[in-house]
Parts: sequence; C-alpha cells; structure tokens
Amino acid sequence: MFNFFWRKKKSTFTGGIILDGHKQVTKINTPQLPKELIYPLFLTSDRYTKACVKVGDYVKKGQVIAIADSLLSTPIHAASSGIISSIEKRLIAHPSGLADDCIILQTDGLDSALEAEPCLDYRQQSRDFLRKKIHQAGIVGLGGAAFPTAKKLSGSPAIHTLIINAAECEPYISCDESLAIASAKEIIQGSLIIQHILQASLCIIAIEDSKPDAYLALLFAAKETDIKIQKVPSIYPTGGEKQLIQVLSGEQIPPQKLVFEYGYICQNIATSFAVYQAVLLGIPLTERVITVTGAGIKQAQNIQAKIGTPIKDLVQFCQGYTEHAQQLIMGGPMMGIALASDEIAVIKASNCLLIEPIKASAIQPCIRCGDCAKVCPSELLPQQLYWYSRSQQWDNCTDYNLADCIECGCCDVVCPSKIPLVQSFRIAKSEISQQQKQAEQAALAKKRFENQQQRKLRIEQEKAVLLEKRKATIEKMKAAAAQRKLN
Amino acid sequence: MLFLCLVFALLGLLLGFAHKKLKIKNDPLVEQINNLLPQTQCGQCNYIGCRPYAEAIAKNEADINQCPPNGEAGIIALANLLGKEAKPLNPEFGEQKAPAVAFIIEQDCIGCVKCIPPCPVDAILGAAKQMHTVIASECTGCELCISPCPVDCIIMRPIEKTANHWQWTQDV
Ligand code: SF4
Ligand code: SF4
Ligand code: SF4
Ligand code: SF4
Ligand code: SF4
Repeated sequence: MFNFFWRKKKSTFTGGIILDGHKQVTKINTPQLPKELIYPLFLTSDRYTKACVKVGDYVKKGQVIAIADSLLSTPIHAASSGIISSIEKRLIAHPSGLADDCIILQTDGLDSALEAEPCLDYRQQSRDFLRKKIHQAGIVGLGGAAFPTAKKLSGSPAIHTLIINAAECEPYISCDESLAIASAKEIIQGSLIIQHILQASLCIIAIEDSKPDAYLALLFAAKETDIKIQKVPSIYPTGGEKQLIQVLSGEQIPPQKLVFEYGYICQNIATSFAVYQAVLLGIPLTERVITVTGAGIKQAQNIQAKIGTPIKDLVQFCQGYTEHAQQLIMGGPMMGIALASDEIAVIKASNCLLIEPIKASAIQPCIRCGDCAKVCPSELLPQQLYWYSRSQQWDNCTDYNLADCIECGCCDVVCPSKIPLVQSFRIAKSEISQQQKQAEQAALAKKRFENQQQRKLRIEQEKAVLLEKRKATIEKMKAAAAQRKLN
Repeated sequence: MLFLCLVFALLGLLLGFAHKKLKIKNDPLVEQINNLLPQTQCGQCNYIGCRPYAEAIAKNEADINQCPPNGEAGIIALANLLGKEAKPLNPEFGEQKAPAVAFIIEQDCIGCVKCIPPCPVDAILGAAKQMHTVIASECTGCELCISPCPVDCIIMRPIEKTANHWQWTQDV
C-alpha cells in the first residue's frame, strides 16, 4: 500500500523562496557551568508550571523543580546541582519583553546528578508508560514551537506516518544538522520509540539536500531499520509541517485543518534525541544544542547549552560581541523574536540566538505587485490580509484564513515596499485570540448569572408554595376551630 | 392544483407553528443583543443584569449607550445590529474602567457572608464565620460586593500585565 504512496509524484509546495544559507556547521561545544540558572514558570500562552522547591533547597541535576499544572504544560528539571537562591521576577524569553516569576538556581560547581532510571527494552513497556515517561522528562517540541511532546503523541486519531523533521530551513540555524552528525544513532533510536508509541507504519526523516554529511550519517545509522531518510529541496520554508508533508507525500492538507487529522505527525529531530535520552537512559530534558550566530558575535558556533543559562554567558563563551551587535533575536532571521536583554535565559524552545545589526528601511505604499502572494507557502493573499488587519476587519481576516499563516516571513522578504506584513498578522492574530478569550469569559459569566437567576426564581417559587401551604393549614385549623365552636 | 394548494396550506401552517414556537422560546433579538453585551452584570445600566438591559433595548425602552463596560466598540456593534446611529457612552451611567477583579484581604474578613448575595455570578466562596475568597477567573469585576462589606476588606485589583495577557501591538 505504501509503495503506491511513494510512487506518487513528489511535488513541492507552492511559494517559498530560496535563501542564502549562512550556515556554519561546527562540532558541538560545551561551555563552562554557568553560575546561575534561570527558569521561568511561564511556558507559553496559558501554560504555566508550579514551583515545587523553596528558596534555600538543595537540588541535584535532573531533579524536578517545577511541576506541570496540566497535560498541556511540562515539568522543569534543574540542569545542574546547587541551591535555589530565589524565586523572583526576571525578564523572560518572550516577545512582550516583560518580567515574570523565575526560579533562580545558584550552581555549586559539582554538577552532581540524580540517579537515572534507564529502561533497557522499551518494547516491553506499555505505550502509556512511555508517554508518561516522556511527559515526566519535560520534553517539548525542540524545533521552536515547544508543544508538549507527550500530548502530541496521544495517538488518536490513528497516525500512519511519522515525519522526523530535520529540514532546518531558516538561514543561520545549524543546531539540528550538527546534532544529526554527532548523534545519528541516538536520533534513530528516539525516532523508533516515537514510531512505536504511535504505531505508525511509516517513519521518514526529512533532511534538506544541502546537508550531505548529516544525510549520510543518518542513512548509515538507519541501515538496519525501516526508517526512510528522505532528501527534500532547500526551499524555505520546507520545514513547515504542511509544506513538508506536501513535499514528501504530495498530499495537501487544507486550510484550517490540522495535520494529525490526516494521519501525520511531525517531530523535530532534536525532540527524537531527547526522547531517546528520556526513555532509554532515563535522563530528563535539561540541555539542548543551540546555534549562536550572526555578524554581531565573534565566534559563531553550536553550543550544548544547559536550559536556564543566561544568554550573556553564551555570548562570553563565543568571545563576545562585535561592533555589529545591535539586536538579539531568539530563533532564526525569518521567524525569530527580538529579545530585550542578554540577561534572559535560554529556554527549551531556543534553537538559535542571532546577533545582528539593525537593518532599517522606509516603508513605502503597496504597489500591488502580488509578489507576496506568489511566495506564500500557505497560498494566502498577504496584501489583502494586511489591509484587513490594518483596518481591524477581524472577521475578514478569519475568512481569508489568517490562522493558516505560519509567520514564515517570505512575504516580508520579497515585498519591494518593505511593508511589515508579518508584524501586522501577529497583531491581528493576537487581537482575534484575545477577543475569543473575552467571548469565552462573557459566556461563562452569562451562564453563571442565568443559573443564579433561575435558582433565585426557584427559591421564590418554593417560598410561595410553602406560604400557600401554611395559609391553607391555617385556614383548615381556623375552619376546624370554628366547627368545634359550633359543636 | 388541489394538491399544490394543500401543500401550501400545510407549509403555511408549519410556518405559523414554527413562529409561535420560537416566540415562546427566547426572543432571538434579545439574545443577539445580549450576546453583544459584556456580561459583567454590574447593573450600571440601571437594569439588574445584561439580559434585562437587552430586553429593554429590544423594546426600545433603553438607549444603546448605557453600558459603561461595553466601551465604544461595543456600542458600535449594537448600533450595527439594530441599524441605529452609534453614539458616545452616556456619562450618566458611569465610565469605562480598566479591567479588574475583586480581591478579599483575607486576614480582615470577619466571615459575615454579606458579600455573597450581591455577587451576580457566584464568584465568592465562603461560609459563615469563615474567611471568604474570590475566584478570580469567575469574577467579572462588577464591584457589587464592595459596598456591602462592613469591614471594607474587598478591593478591586487591576488585572496584572503579564506575558500571558500581552498582545502584539503596532509599536513593537
Ligand atoms: S508570513 Fe504568512 S502570509 Fe506571509 S508568506 Fe508566510 S504564511 Fe504567507
Ligand atoms: S509584495 Fe508588498 S507591494 Fe507587492 S503586493 Fe504584496 S504588499 Fe503590496
Ligand atoms: S451596565 Fe453592567 S449589567 Fe448593564 S449591560 Fe453593561 S455590563 Fe451588563
Ligand atoms: S466577586 Fe465582587 S466584583 Fe467579582 S463578580 Fe462577584 S460581586 Fe462582582
Ligand atoms: S462582606 Fe467582607 S467581611 Fe463579610 S464575608 Fe464578605 S469579605 Fe468577609
């Protein structure tokens, strides 16, 4: 059956652009232990963790310091041993530039770890057990979106194809490529575990054709497995879920639909590695590979960083800033967010730190050239959406599938008038989601108010009935008394 | 011909019936108006809640600019629905405030339960002689519990600006 699937013409997605790579694949370097590790309790929108340590507690590497308050959040583990010195507000890696509660860990330099609980044969374990293990290890999607992996692997509806995404398509970022070269075997193991959990019949690792070393390493490591290593063209954004599926299978997932509804799941290659560590070695997620790069840094490289490390420590490890350092971006040049300070710590989602000069350019009016629509991989009409979002026509934004915009930034890059299209889409999206939240709140209040009204009405009625009854009894007694008098 | 007549007669009956049925249930206009109100249930419009105000608007007994929490956008939405001219909020009914939720200073609370009946959405938790608490996620910020409290231990706290509530805006 799947032969047929593969014989289909492998098409590519519409739109997209070819970008200059700027990638420097280095071996992965490990910096010295930071003095302080910072862990924000806030994960992403509406997802929080709760601190389960107190100031003054001694913790070991791998110990849980904050627990998940729902399945949509994930626990945080200490990345080294030391004392919890405070729980206080610090700037966090978030586009708001706001401070939020963080656990501060003062490391003691010993780096002593909790004893790990390895699991030698994962095939002997139930799939629920494995999912739980992944959840307890605090694993989230490491490609940047940071969605909880255990939740994503919940396995319903049935999944036929697992895609391990190594199409790291943004310029500059090369952490996945370095990881693939260094740990191909472990990545294959991790992918097999995920495939086992999903009971997916097919597992494909997709890697861009511009990464021959990583391709060969994976091919070699996957020799004795059924995993397919598939080259994909280096067109940005091949790494987008829907785009990748279209490239691999030819199937186009319609707007407003999710890929798992069509039997696909995409996982980042670094997530596979984390799953391998969590399940087979019993090591929770406390470190990740991160690319530190850009014209603003002296020695660009890939770093094995402890999650919680302040960015300034990594910068120091890279020999500091150059004179071009004007802005700090977390993520790549296309989809990253600007950070306000290098005091902010690395989080699980940080795949890249880009330090760049600011390129200012004057915004010109739209000349209706249509270039933005030509490159949009989601087949949207950016200039139309721009107009609707600027004029706050939110319903029109929704009707024109704004939700399908993956914020890839292709439209921004090609626009000859330098219109900040993506920025306006982010504003519109956050406004729409805010309105939805308010509507939900209002619906809740309405329901509670109506319930109370009904309850009051019922109590009134009951009182009235009681009153009637009492009146009736009194009447009866009166009548009886009168009767007695008569007698 | 006869057959057609019959069909039409039947259809007419059906329509009449449906109309009656709908009339008995919720008046759709009231429902539509109510859906555009913020459901704060604060009574500043001089009705005991949003729904009664919606009924009054539907009957043309009240104007569309009497709800302070609804803000300008809310009045415009109402005007569009009813085909009326939008107008500024009538200041007689109060002014729009920043969103806030009630908070009980627990060590001062004497457990008199006086704050419980005024709350339109049952957001206050507590029993006689026990400390009371506001369930912040259910509080609409209507302020109706403030004045009944004999020891003034309920305060309104503006909703904190956190990363979670933050929105992208033009100047970032
Ligand atoms: S940012 Fe959105 S609108 Fe622009 S090209 Fe990418 S998907 Fe299309
Ligand atoms: S690319 Fe820019 S100028 Fe051209 S149509 Fe799109 S928004 Fe307008
Ligand atoms: S003033 Fe208060 S009670 Fe009246 S409609 Fe507005 S929110 Fe509802
Ligand atoms: S707790 Fe107070 S302010 Fe909040 S909804 Fe109830 S009465 Fe209104
Ligand atoms: S009215 Fe004030 S003192 Fe009485 S129970 Fe409520 S909060 Fe406590």
